[in-house]
Amino acid sequence: MNTEPALQLRGYLRSDGRKGIRNVVLVAYLVECAHHVARHIVSRADHPDIQLIGFPGCFPNDYALKLMKRLCTHPNVAGALLVSLGCEGFNRDALSAEIAATGRPVKCLVIQDNGGTRTTIDEGARWVQETHRQVAGIEPVAMAVEELVVATICGGSDGTSGISANPAVGRCFDRLVAKGATCIFEETGELIGCEQIMAERAITPELGMEIQACVDKAARYYSTLGYGSFAPGNADGGLSTIEEKSLGAYMKSGASPISGIIKPGDFAPVGGGLYLMDVVPDGEVRFGFPNISDNAEIVEMIASGAHMTLFTTGRGSVVGSAISPVIKVCANPDTYERMSEDMDINAGRILRGEASPDEVGEQIYRKVIDIARGQTSKSEDLGHQEFILTYKHFDALGPSCLPRR
Amino acid sequence: MSAQDKRLLLLHDQDNVLVCCQTIAAGTELLIEGKTAVLAVDLELGHKLARRDIAAGEKITRYGLPIGSATQATRCGQHVHTHNMKSDYIASHDRNAVEGRT
Repeated sequence: MNTEPALQLRGYLRSDGRKGIRNVVLVAYLVECAHHVARHIVSRADHPDIQLIGFPGCFPNDYALKLMKRLCTHPNVAGALLVSLGCEGFNRDALSAEIAATGRPVKCLVIQDNGGTRTTIDEGARWVQETHRQVAGIEPVAMAVEELVVATICGGSDGTSGISANPAVGRCFDRLVAKGATCIFEETGELIGCEQIMAERAITPELGMEIQACVDKAARYYSTLGYGSFAPGNADGGLSTIEEKSLGAYMKSGASPISGIIKPGDFAPVGGGLYLMDVVPDGEVRFGFPNISDNAEIVEMIASGAHMTLFTTGRGSVVGSAISPVIKVCANPDTYERMSEDMDINAGRILRGEASPDEVGEQIYRKVIDIARGQTSKSEDLGHQEFILTYKHFDALGPSCLPRR
Repeated sequence: MSAQDKRLLLLHDQDNVLVCCQTIAAGTELLIEGKTAVLAVDLELGHKLARRDIAAGEKITRYGLPIGSATQATRCGQHVHTHNMKSDYIASHDRNAVEGRT
């Protein structure tokens, strides 16, 4: 039945049954004061599988703790070193226990208890080296396409994003969903104006109402802040309004039914399907902008299990991410010519009349399979491992958000 | 459908704007829906122009869906952007507006 390369994917089986397509050892700082020490440990290891993440704030935050738990136990992650200054509010014991419970190697170094900067770096570097050697022995097992979780985001959008790269990613998503994979799209703040057509695709009317409510929340949130999710560069590229940008962004979701809404760090139910991630905080406006840059959203989808992110760009984003690879789909043929070293897929061919959205969608699908089989993306090759996590507040999901659970 | 310049993309039958697929210089004579119009400004990739005359207050449609409203009457072949249309949700801002806030 499966003549596709489905059974040829390779994955690292973790104790919760999920499989990873990478085998990363994380070094996580738990406050900005521990960032320098953590970064030195990563630099000393100098290996693409030893990656830096962290949370900068001194005040505790439930969202940040939840995301750090999800990230440190992500299927692409094999073990984690936590670096704490000692006096910050982050609950390092809870994070450490969560990681240990999955059977992953974990260690927490507290700089204040460990003799300071130099001794902590030395001890951390030794632990990372040893752990890396240990987890490198984990043998990959067979993995199916339906076990994949694939996310999408757009960044540095222009007038071409919505007519070339985004529809092509939508075709790829349709194909992945048809094969039983889980796909996540997000940016409710950039779906303002699409709420009605999106609600019609929901698998239940109640879910449709939840979708409208979550876009309304995003519109309120951004109105309070005074700016839509619309940067001056978007207008330079020909986009005139937030709803024009939204419709272009919406094209990434393809045409599959929408199976549910999740919030950052929530898992989609087993069985695959297309899910909308609600990234705008609940309650009154606190802590500033919902996501201060594209990387924050990438991290949120990774926290919900994304193995990789399809990143469409018109103006030319260069970013990657820690933990899960980013695949760059370039919408604008001129940008592709200028920045081809950073781009995995040239969707600008659609605008030159050289390929159809279906053909580029097929090319993206093949790239997803290749990346899942261990091929590295352009941003991985260039060493991009951006990471950002800031303060947020979310309420629990409403009862209509996951009809299939 | 009427004859159209290949550099201009119609995304949906009901749209009143066309999207430019490659940069077109000011002064170029364009064929829009079988009629000719002379482009007044350089039109860059990704920018829009009016497919027909659009009245002030009329919805601008792309993908067959509204993306805002015209703030002034716009003639067929004219550039459609932040100078003659606006969001029906949240106002767009440019760099000058950002500076003005500080």
